[in-house]
Amino acid sequence: MVIFSTKKLISHVIKPIVFIALLAPLLWLGWHWSLLLENQPNGLTANPIEYTNRFLGGWGLKYILLTLLVSPLSQLTAMRKLMLLRRMVGLFAFSYVLLHFTSYTVLDHYFNWAEIWQDIVKRNFITIGMLGLLGLVPLAVTSTNRMIKKLGAKNWKRLHMLIYPISILGVFHFSMMRKGDQLEPKIYWSVLVFLLGYRVYRFYQRRAGA
Amino acid sequence: MLIKSRKNWQLSENEATPLSTYKTRRDVLRTMGIGAVASVGITSAGVASGLLGLGEARAESLSYIKSAYDPNEAQTSHNAVTGYNNYYEFGTGKEDPAKYAHALTTDPWVVEVAGEVKHTGSYSIEDLIRPHQLEERIYRMRCVEAWSMVIPWLGVPLADIIKRLEPTSRAKYVMFHTAVRHGEMPGIGRPVLSWPYVEGLRMDEAMNPLTLLSTGLYGEDLLPQNGAPIRLVVPWKYGFKGVKSIVKISFVEEQPQTSWEKSASDEYGFFANVNPQVSHPRWSQASERRIGEFRRRPTLMYNGYGEEVAHLYSGMDLAKYY
Ligand code: HEM
Repeated sequence: MVIFSTKKLISHVIKPIVFIALLAPLLWLGWHWSLLLENQPNGLTANPIEYTNRFLGGWGLKYILLTLLVSPLSQLTAMRKLMLLRRMVGLFAFSYVLLHFTSYTVLDHYFNWAEIWQDIVKRNFITIGMLGLLGLVPLAVTSTNRMIKKLGAKNWKRLHMLIYPISILGVFHFSMMRKGDQLEPKIYWSVLVFLLGYRVYRFYQRRAGA
Repeated sequence: MLIKSRKNWQLSENEATPLSTYKTRRDVLRTMGIGAVASVGITSAGVASGLLGLGEARAESLSYIKSAYDPNEAQTSHNAVTGYNNYYEFGTGKEDPAKYAHALTTDPWVVEVAGEVKHTGSYSIEDLIRPHQLEERIYRMRCVEAWSMVIPWLGVPLADIIKRLEPTSRAKYVMFHTAVRHGEMPGIGRPVLSWPYVEGLRMDEAMNPLTLLSTGLYGEDLLPQNGAPIRLVVPWKYGFKGVKSIVKISFVEEQPQTSWEKSASDEYGFFANVNPQVSHPRWSQASERRIGEFRRRPTLMYNGYGEEVAHLYSGMDLAKYY
């Protein structure tokens, strides 16, 4: 009974709220683009295309880290049902990164594929970002219940360990792009070290216990 | 006092009106009186009304002559020119300078002239600029980050000022320092670059007629976010060569190390000429986004000023001297 009602609380109340919260940056962006297109004052700076691209990349990276935060949080707080939110957070992370790539190809380079390809192969930080995006695709594709069944829990889990290297690529991409002041990248690296370190700690703890 | 160098050539300009160099330009214009105005041929309505005690609200309106320098391209909006800036002393965000730079005290302002030059000393902006006629020059501005603007600057050719200062034959380069104001510049608390911001030009670049010492844009005094009260404009080079809020001009024998070279010499060279063929390691320089436009446009060699400056670099390997 109790378990049923927390599950219901999560799926009927908390999940929609979190959904709106995760969508909020995109709604804000859409709202400010509509202001821009009507020549109204807006928050997109004088260079809205660069701003949009950075905005989407920034939220994509935050959501990747947030996805990694879900299981430590549920374990540390003993609120196991939080895990029911993880898939949604992960899919949002993928969506923002995909939009980041789209804004780069459409807004920034307007389908100039020759230039885009040159960037991807020649600029290390973009190569790394591209690897991150490509890594996210199979995770998004296999996120449905049907695919989990099809793969089997063990294989599915193994595949989804890809998120660890992807998160490293994401932060690396960011810190390479931000030369000069590394304060922000350092904050992201610290969060990442905590999130991945926690898993290493759990791994050895379980081995010691076994 | 800081103002110690009243040179002969200055006296000939200033004799008629003893000039307190610590006054604002507005005050200066008033004390100059109509006679002085007529003698330098000022015609701007803005200044005329200022002199009559009118137009206080727009008292910064300056008098200037139009010049032939105009690419005949749409000018970037005043909002963007004064609201979207790189001026790391006030923060690395593009909107930080507009947010924080108003705290910069630009009056009084002293520029130190040092090194291999006859007339060393400390100069007020008036001392440096007033003997010359302000000119409007409409230039393209290409940022190294692949965006660009078209800006109507006000200023005087750097060459004219250098001629008055009379560098010695040992002066091969001119070096500029931006102000460092701990209480006023929130960005210098972070080690983004080494402060003060240092830039430099080879003497022939500094003497090129395109090179401008600017004190204004869009007909008015510079705002702090654009480098008030005095900054450099070198239109065929990436924007970071345009050192802002200059407090020191030194004439030196050796090529100075600029702040950006010190921070990442593989990415930012001394010359920093706009060149679509030489990529920045992290992005292509082949195209740029003109602020206010949607599609990228091709970047022009020397930002379109090749006719005036290409001869300065003949025989140089531009991929090596980027
Ligand atoms: C896991 C995948 C990715 C993540 C997490 C990510 C994240 C980010 C972040 C956080 C930034 C910096 C934003 C800021 O400065 O505020 C950024 C910048 C950038 N990203 Fe990505 N990115 C990813 C993939 C890609 C891909 C696939 C491309 C293109 C092929 C790309 C192109 C860029 C570019 C060009 C910039 C620099 C924008 C600028 O300088 O204005 N990224 N990205």
